[in-house]
Amino acid sequence: MLRKILPHPYLTLLLLVVWQMLVNKITLGNLVLGLILGILIPLVTAPYWPNTPRLRSIPRIVEYVLLVLWDICVANVQVAYIILFKSNANTRPAWVTIPLELKTPEAITVLAGTITLTPGTVSSDLSADGRSLLVHCLDAPDPESVRDQIKARYERRLMEIFE
Amino acid sequence: MLVEILISLCLVISGIFGLVGSVGLIKLPDAMMRLHAPTKATTLGVGGALIASMLYFYFVVGRFSFHELMITLFLFLTAPITGHFIAKTHLHLGHKPEDLPPTGSERPWANYESDESRAAIETPESAVNEAARKSG
Repeated sequence: MLRKILPHPYLTLLLLVVWQMLVNKITLGNLVLGLILGILIPLVTAPYWPNTPRLRSIPRIVEYVLLVLWDICVANVQVAYIILFKSNANTRPAWVTIPLELKTPEAITVLAGTITLTPGTVSSDLSADGRSLLVHCLDAPDPESVRDQIKARYERRLMEIFE
Repeated sequence: MLVEILISLCLVISGIFGLVGSVGLIKLPDAMMRLHAPTKATTLGVGGALIASMLYFYFVVGRFSFHELMITLFLFLTAPITGHFIAKTHLHLGHKPEDLPPTGSERPWANYESDESRAAIETPESAVNEAARKSG
């Protein structure tokens, strides 16, 4: 019964919070309007998103977000160094194949987004069966280490969150 | 005073990374490498300006503003998707499947699989099996 009214409880919560942030002022009226939107939008979009992903633990999600934010800062400095001080002849761009253990589309999307947001790597394509990800590296003298780092640092944590 | 220094510092950092991203667009030799430059401008470049704006509104104007968090959220959602589109288009236009590393399975990268071979593999029954495998 509850599943019928709230097909995506996390989405409802997210929409409620996003609405408060958009209007930038928390009042009772805005809370009610946010709640109405948070119930209506998941109901309307539910046919396009039939399988609700299960999220295992909220602290791990917070940990993952903080880790990614920190990595973005570190990687920004590294890529700025490559752009400003390394000659093009010395830069070694590389394609890397990342075999995926993640199965759910939501988890793979988050992993691909994380890879693109951390500067120096861009996720470019998914294999037709969805079991490996094609990543382009700006400067990777050792492509294997990039692959191992992404698997150990991001994919392992996403496995714990989603599967 | 201290707040003003902090805000200026954030703005300068944001400006530097925005500039470096633009320099990268000019300097790097091919399209895939140039794609790395804007992912930087959107993260620390815009991020710095947004943190400066939040600090300004909280300490100088005296109210807390959520809009900067929203901008960050929307950027983080849209930047990887546009990047992915550009990369895929570039693969279509300028690359052959032989240039890329193997996928490690029988099927090719999604960009290079023809509609006919996809239809031959992904019959309605196999889609059901695949869904069962994923949820199971």
